[in-house]
Amino acid sequence: MTIPSRLTVSDTLSFWTLETERAMPPSSLSFTSSPHVHGGDSIPRIMHTVILALMPATLLSILVFGWPALWVIVITTLTAVVTEHLLVKLRLRPSPVGDLSAALTGLLLALTLPPHAPWWICVVGGIFAILLGKQVYGGLGYNMFNPALIARVFLLISFPVEMTTWPHPVGLLGEEALAFGDAVALIFTGHMAPGEVMDAISSATPLGQYRMEVSLGKTVQEALGGNYAFSYFNATGGLVAGSLGETSALLLAAGGIFLLKKRIITWHIPLSMLAGCLIPAVLFWLIDGTKYPDPIFHLITGGLVLGAFFMATDMVTSPVTPLGQIIFGASCGLLTYIIRTWGGYPEGISFAIVIMNTAVPLLDQYTRPVIYGKTRKNA
Amino acid sequence: MTDFILILVSTIFVNNFVLTKFLGICPFLGVSKKVETALGMTYAVVFVMTLASGISWVAEKAVLEPLGIEYLRTICFILIIASLVQFTEMVIHKTSPALYAALGIFLPLITTNCCVLGVAILNVQKEHTFLQASTYGAGAGIGFGMVLILFAGMRERIDLSDVPALLKGSPISLISAGLMSLAFMGFSGIVK
Repeated sequence: MTIPSRLTVSDTLSFWTLETERAMPPSSLSFTSSPHVHGGDSIPRIMHTVILALMPATLLSILVFGWPALWVIVITTLTAVVTEHLLVKLRLRPSPVGDLSAALTGLLLALTLPPHAPWWICVVGGIFAILLGKQVYGGLGYNMFNPALIARVFLLISFPVEMTTWPHPVGLLGEEALAFGDAVALIFTGHMAPGEVMDAISSATPLGQYRMEVSLGKTVQEALGGNYAFSYFNATGGLVAGSLGETSALLLAAGGIFLLKKRIITWHIPLSMLAGCLIPAVLFWLIDGTKYPDPIFHLITGGLVLGAFFMATDMVTSPVTPLGQIIFGASCGLLTYIIRTWGGYPEGISFAIVIMNTAVPLLDQYTRPVIYGKTRKNA
Repeated sequence: MTDFILILVSTIFVNNFVLTKFLGICPFLGVSKKVETALGMTYAVVFVMTLASGISWVAEKAVLEPLGIEYLRTICFILIIASLVQFTEMVIHKTSPALYAALGIFLPLITTNCCVLGVAILNVQKEHTFLQASTYGAGAGIGFGMVLILFAGMRERIDLSDVPALLKGSPISLISAGLMSLAFMGFSGIVK
């Protein structure tokens, strides 16, 4: 008797009946271990769903930042996939590229890069993410740090100028937009045409602007008003300077809710992370509204939504237990607020998450649920 | 009060002795194989560091400076640290033989832990008061212990990973320590 690859409930029940009634000779019985009812989830399917959830924000970023953004995304993703393929082949194992995890890592990394990042930033980042973020630990499932974020942290520390040059969003097809050829030249050579300087169209991210001006003694309102003209509407929609995927809080949140609906992620990490960042934001805003921006500002600028729904929830580098997830999320949020407000990197979310990644093994170990019938002490 | 909180935040997170000053790397790699040993080591180091910074401060102000023999600072501080470690070793040996065995050679090695001597000398250089010096020592010890325990947790998990053969053991530990140091750079700038 062949073993059916997937048994349904009724199969299992009839199987059980047959066995207990001993209607058939034992030799013709086959045994499979549980679970017999399988949801059909697989790594490619999960990765595929997450990539799908990121698509609206990705497409918007191309629309807002123009052709260079497309190049950044393509180069980074491609580098990640090729690196993964080569490294696993070196270990004489079947290539895992088909599970799309490297592609997702590449896409996530691209979304944390500035829209006009030069090609070598994308390549170095892609290689770092897969090589040192993932494959040195043995590949998918074993990595200690979120590969995309540890690569971003590495790039930010190593190449601070390239990583904090934020072009003004000029759009894909608008009048100021770069032509397709110019975009290629910009990414691969660093300048468009002889004589044209990039600085002409660069601007600060809302968080960078707030940190810089407030440290010079201005109030939040002065820093974000005036020439900078921060608008909540633009920030929610993604029409501000910033990393590719950090900008549109609305579309990212929509993607996140889609993941929640699909049960790829649970509510624990995103919710506790948003709360962990926004509760201190409310407190400090109430204490001194001229020095600390309001919580809405914190919610819609920078990578908080991207981090909360897509980065911190990475299945490999987040805790397994619900309590662990809540502690993890809340700490990520709190660290984000601390680094944003007092630290040297205003876009501090990537640091917050990789710092908490180091605590995941301990969180898993100390938040283990108690087995029914035992107490915590003698479990 | 703010002063002391700032010293604690600075030594634990921002200027962590292990991850940004690279002091005390030898026990950091040596006793981080298991979380429980790391915990025991943490208690011992926090105890030794807090007391060592306080006592060495007193020795500096009461003996070395009045007599004008600051050039004997190194040998004097090492003596203080060594006797404290001897004391700790005796206590652990009597109270917890299992921990004593687990810590092994690394317990007496706290004597030459550059972290401990570093704290004592930095206290002199930074012209701390007695309370500041003790806080600085306690913070440095807690910071050391925190990353030691976090690192031990990571290493326990890495042991179960399918690490490529050439990276098994020390190489992957060093890579992880490097990445951890990278992550902790996020705290830079919070306190100078």
